[in-house]
Amino acid sequence: MNEKTELKIIGKPIPRHDAWEKALGLTCYADDFSMPGMLYGKVLRSRYPSARILFVDTSKAERLSGVRVVLTAKDVPQNESVTRFGQTHTMGGGFEGLYRVLADKKVHFMGEAVALVAAETEEIARRALGLIKVDYQPLPGVFDPIEAMKPDAPQVEEGKSNIVTHYEVVKGNIEEGFSEADVVVENTYRVPFVDHAYLEAESGVAWIDEDGVITIRVSTQVIEHFRGVADVLGLPHNRVRVIGTYVGGGFGGKEDITVETFLALLTFKTGRPVKLTYTREESILCHSKRHPYIMEYKTGAKKDGRLTALQAKLISDAGAYVYLSPWVLLYSMVDAAGPYRIPHVKIDGCTVLTNNTFTSANRGFGAPQPCFAYESQMDELAKKLKMDPIEIRKINYLEKGEALATGQILEHQVALKETTDGAFHALGKKTHEEGNLKIGRGLASGMTSYGRMVFLHDTSRSYVSIEMDGSVTIRTGVQDIGGGQASSLCHIVAEILGVPLEDIKVYIADTALTPLAGTTTATRQLYMSGNATLMAAQEVRKTLLKKAGEMMRMDPERLDLVDQEVVDREGSGKSLTLKEVVKVCASDGLPLYHVALFKAPFRNLTQYERIEGDVFPDFTFGTHAVEVAVDEETGKVEVLKLISCFDVGRAINRLSVEGQLEGGAIYGMGYGLTEEVILEKGVTLTPSLSEYLVPTSMDVPDVQTILIESGDGVGPFGAKGVGEPSVCSVAPAISNAICDAIGIRIFDLPITSEKIVRGIKEKKEVR
Amino acid sequence: MKDKKQVGKEVILKINGREEKAFCQPGETLLHVLRNKLNHTEVKEGCGKGDCGACTILLDGIPVDSCLVLAYQAEGKRILTVKGLGTPEKMHPLQKKFVEKGAIQCGFCIPGQLLSAEALLEKNPKPCREEIKRAISGNLCRCTGYKKIIDAIEDASQKLRRTMSDKR
Repeated sequence: MNEKTELKIIGKPIPRHDAWEKALGLTCYADDFSMPGMLYGKVLRSRYPSARILFVDTSKAERLSGVRVVLTAKDVPQNESVTRFGQTHTMGGGFEGLYRVLADKKVHFMGEAVALVAAETEEIARRALGLIKVDYQPLPGVFDPIEAMKPDAPQVEEGKSNIVTHYEVVKGNIEEGFSEADVVVENTYRVPFVDHAYLEAESGVAWIDEDGVITIRVSTQVIEHFRGVADVLGLPHNRVRVIGTYVGGGFGGKEDITVETFLALLTFKTGRPVKLTYTREESILCHSKRHPYIMEYKTGAKKDGRLTALQAKLISDAGAYVYLSPWVLLYSMVDAAGPYRIPHVKIDGCTVLTNNTFTSANRGFGAPQPCFAYESQMDELAKKLKMDPIEIRKINYLEKGEALATGQILEHQVALKETTDGAFHALGKKTHEEGNLKIGRGLASGMTSYGRMVFLHDTSRSYVSIEMDGSVTIRTGVQDIGGGQASSLCHIVAEILGVPLEDIKVYIADTALTPLAGTTTATRQLYMSGNATLMAAQEVRKTLLKKAGEMMRMDPERLDLVDQEVVDREGSGKSLTLKEVVKVCASDGLPLYHVALFKAPFRNLTQYERIEGDVFPDFTFGTHAVEVAVDEETGKVEVLKLISCFDVGRAINRLSVEGQLEGGAIYGMGYGLTEEVILEKGVTLTPSLSEYLVPTSMDVPDVQTILIESGDGVGPFGAKGVGEPSVCSVAPAISNAICDAIGIRIFDLPITSEKIVRGIKEKKEVR
Repeated sequence: MKDKKQVGKEVILKINGREEKAFCQPGETLLHVLRNKLNHTEVKEGCGKGDCGACTILLDGIPVDSCLVLAYQAEGKRILTVKGLGTPEKMHPLQKKFVEKGAIQCGFCIPGQLLSAEALLEKNPKPCREEIKRAISGNLCRCTGYKKIIDAIEDASQKLRRTMSDKR
């Protein structure tokens, strides 16, 4: 293949194609779309976290003028299914879970859907909800995963154990490892439920097209839920079409089915278009959360700082339904020992059902939780050994060619020493301490996979064609959730075909019209669909250059596509316009398009209880460095500096990469300091954005990003994924900085002012 | 339950320099009327209770959460939405800078951010970063970490000042 010699577009900071429409208010998000004759859907939610449904009377609601349909579990063709949650690969090993559309007989968490209404106006639909009579008999629930594991605990799903999955990772001999250690630190860490808090709540519109196809235009990260929706309705898969809108934020919260099934049912039963948009309160109550974990860590090291052993026990709260809990836990298992060389490792993990809100994907997908623990442990070890926290990390960082505890060899660059130095040096001069304000600095590194688990046979498809006038069309089923997923593809094609970005049009996210590209999850789109699009563009390029070579009587290897021309790289000055070449190709009947399939490397996982071998295609490594000011009197923490230094492989669009790292850093800062969905016996106490606190502009420092480009990723042009990795190590970096400032370690996120003040008080009392 | 007779009246709203009419009920929010009755879907709803700022518009030049204003209260006042700020043919410098600086990711908060920024620059053409942060403190953004939004507003203010001094 004819390689590009000099990159013209890749790596430059270039605005995205979708930014203009968004700035002008023209982008049509899910709720901005309406249809003639459209009804409005509403969902009746359970008021109890655990209760038996004695009966449901919908007759009054049905009689309300303007109500078109009221549906309960008995009206759903297939209300319950054992699902793989959008995955095509049959796994076994506890990866499947129950998907129940509407609660039947029992409710398992507060906010579970019990009934659906469609009415002529939103107001009538809301009134109808109040007219549905549900008789509940409250049942004892279980709200703590440790309680839920006990044999006599109430069963969340009757007749089934609350323990969903148990995994282990074993390397070496853990007793031997601790006997070799000169120092051991042992601590328990806790992290909370977290909401995605995207600004756009779950929303969509569904209708039946003239051909009888159920069509759902929805804000989603996964258009391929069309299969699951079809199964619920009892329809063939090809009779349900999902069109993904530009998404107003996803972060994993729109990875599972949200409104799709409800919409499909309501439109199916009424024959009318239906819109359903969650309220903010409903969104916080009812969609998945990031898993809270309890993490017991024991880490041992030699006097010189070399790690000898790491033992960890991870317990995650799956909430009331399984969803992606086993997958998230598997990610945590692989990441739990961190990016460190440790001869003896033992990790146990389990995920447990409770009557809390269900938990599933959230940016980082199981990587940030253990990172908080293993990076806090590294600083605790450094303290005990009187070593510099950077030095102890550098002694132990894994390098390219070495193996994780699972045995997976890191085949690509591990630039942790560079990211550590980069992040630390950027902190610059330490801020001066004044009065009650104590200044502290901390640093943490992390590893996060990108691309899905290698035993899933992940694929992506992309279509690239060149039109008769030289403009270019891309069609691919990529969902764009704001990370620039679609526009990065344009940049790749512009580079390969030598056309300006304005001449490229990308059509995305339509199961009927765009080749399926898989989910916008797992930081996989640039890697998977970027590679597929690159392959497709290269095929088109090959066709064009071969024909141009014939026309110019030159070896195609000499030719390049630059600025809509075919040029001779060896400087003869000969050239052809792209249009001329396209026309000749067309009249010669050559294909001016290509559909490429990119297949991720496949390796089997032989068994799921004990995780061994390769699990991910590659990892992204990075470091966050933080400087904080802690007010010893009030416990208030201000993050003064926040540096994010990552090996991004290669920046495809510099603006997008920086944007991901900046946004991810602040997402991680919220995790560290303020964000917690507080549940008390299954009842959410924080159902609004004034109670669930995401960082505002007044809370944030100017995040400084430093990109290291090793060129050694598995994405196009050597890129790595950064969307999720960008969050991973912020919270422990902040925690380490707070500890540096006031000498107190907080083991539970978020590190609120109250916890700091309590910590200071306890420390004084001990003295 | 019988349907009550619709209470309310026709309200004339001056939106982006044009008069538009809608039949509104007394308790109806301006946001609801703008989005659902007048098709101004460029005004976004993020929470419906004044926590997120996605529905920010300018009411007589003052940034307000349109979910906290009743349609009746907006009668006779100038309403500016992001579509009145600039058009594809004539983009506002703030819009251009948001695009150029990479301040837009998912974009859902952007109409609100732009209007809060516009109100700031009208009052204070030379804001420092702290003043910019304060001006958009009611506009949550979950994607960007705010840095590029603040950069864009800072840059736009410089550009606007240059344009003003050119005119003088």
